[in-house]
Amino acid sequence: MAESMGFFTDTTVCIGCKACEVACKEWNQLPAANGGVNTLSGDSYDNTRRLDGLHWRHVRFVEQFTPDRKDGRWLLMSDVCKHCVQAGCLEVCPTGAIIRTEFDTVVIQSDVCNGCRDCIGACPFGVIDINPASGTAQKCTLCYDRLQVGLEPACAKACPTNSIQFGTIAELKTRAQARVERLRGQGETRAHLYGADDKMLGGLNSFFLLVDRPEVYGLPPDPRLPSRNLAPSWWATLFGGVVVGLAGLFNFRSRGRRP
Amino acid sequence: MNPPPSTLFTAPTEWQWLIIFYFYLGGIAGGAYFLATLIDLAGHPADRPLARLGYFIAFPAIAICGLLLIADLRRPLRFWHMLVQSETLRPMLKWWSPMSFGSCILLLFGLFAFLSFLAALGESSDPRWRRLRGFSRLRRPGLLGTLVTCLGGVFGFFIAGYTGILLAVTNRPIWSDTNLLGLVFLISGTSTAAALMALLGRQLRWTRPEGVHALERFDSGMLVFELIAIVALVISLGSLARLWLSAWGALLVVGVLIVGILVPLVLYRRPGVFGRLGVAAAPVLVLVGGFLLRVVIILSSEAV
Repeated sequence: MAESMGFFTDTTVCIGCKACEVACKEWNQLPAANGGVNTLSGDSYDNTRRLDGLHWRHVRFVEQFTPDRKDGRWLLMSDVCKHCVQAGCLEVCPTGAIIRTEFDTVVIQSDVCNGCRDCIGACPFGVIDINPASGTAQKCTLCYDRLQVGLEPACAKACPTNSIQFGTIAELKTRAQARVERLRGQGETRAHLYGADDKMLGGLNSFFLLVDRPEVYGLPPDPRLPSRNLAPSWWATLFGGVVVGLAGLFNFRSRGRRP
Repeated sequence: MNPPPSTLFTAPTEWQWLIIFYFYLGGIAGGAYFLATLIDLAGHPADRPLARLGYFIAFPAIAICGLLLIADLRRPLRFWHMLVQSETLRPMLKWWSPMSFGSCILLLFGLFAFLSFLAALGESSDPRWRRLRGFSRLRRPGLLGTLVTCLGGVFGFFIAGYTGILLAVTNRPIWSDTNLLGLVFLISGTSTAAALMALLGRQLRWTRPEGVHALERFDSGMLVFELIAIVALVISLGSLARLWLSAWGALLVVGVLIVGILVPLVLYRRPGVFGRLGVAAAPVLVLVGGFLLRVVIILSSEAV
């Protein structure tokens, strides 16, 4: 197996140009939404709004303004599939369409997926969606086809500020930690890494440098695997089955004894 | 400041009416077979037609379930990918994935429900089904019949309960914030099946009144169990229960708890409250409540 590859996204240098979104759509031949008719969000300069089946990269605009709009700040983050080391989508997929590649990334095989949508609910980050063109669940593949021929993913290639960095996970972590320390040294004490250590789903192969709480960026503070509920739910159901079964046997048997 | 629950950051699955009907009919199918098994194993010989009614309900219901599930796929022609690996043609089973496990159980339950359906038809006095008389060996007494009935009953139990676990093993709000959905769906499935069997048993007059009374008494117990389980479910949601401070919560209280559980409980004890209507009203309301339970559970999460 090749070394684990991934993204380190430094949100502090993202300028919201959306070149990554465009590069992703172009390389992966993702069609325009609404047949190309532009729909404005109406409450944000971000008109993509979220990751979905047609947008595998999304630059999130966090627009924090006071009610009188005299003061404010922008937080910008290019969001993408996290390629979790312990992936909820891969765990639940009933067809085997979701696989882990030799680069330790998570890929949905579109020719196997039957559109059951279990993975959509299982993803702790709300990344996966149905692509209406294919009728299958789709998301970032970390440009699996490009990786196989030694190219870097299209989004990282297009990013003009190096906010999206591609490389081996070990190298990216070293680079990210150095960047956090540098920012803290410059006074940005809130700088921290999200998903870089293995406490979060075994580690996110697409991790982020943030300067606010994760939920401000639309990221879950404590993402977990769906299978955490498997054993307790079965035990509760089996308990119910025993009670129902005994109640039924007692009910019908006791009556059966009567003449 | 406490961080928000992580399940609020996920995307809806778009499991809607087809899945609601599947969960509802699957609960009835599994519950009816499960009850028929219990009656066959422990019941009075005179209630054999009542168990037969359970088998008659289970197979058509589960057959419709299969069609609903296929129709809900975005690529319906690939439904077989749930059961066979499309590239290697080897069997597809991930026991830790409730959808994968449920697909296999659905197939097995469908097979046993079909066998028991044939056996129930084979016992018919109608000469049109004379050729099926040989299949009556697939019901008790007899080793083969006992085996089919018991295995089918176990699969029926899984079908009635796994749907709640399917929801729990996600990251969606409400669904994955409790471990009691499987329990609640199992009880509700058994209760709605008992109600349907009691309703049809009374209307068709296939069995003696004592059999129907036993089903109604059983259903009363299940309704009390369901009430306790739903209260426990709401408590287990913790802060997420506030999502039901909405029209969904109102539907849960009025449609499920009052109309679907408390009123039928009273009617089962005092069937004369609404005159002749009251006798049929209780099981009908249980069936309505069971449906609304699934509507609330599924759509309230999808709306987040």
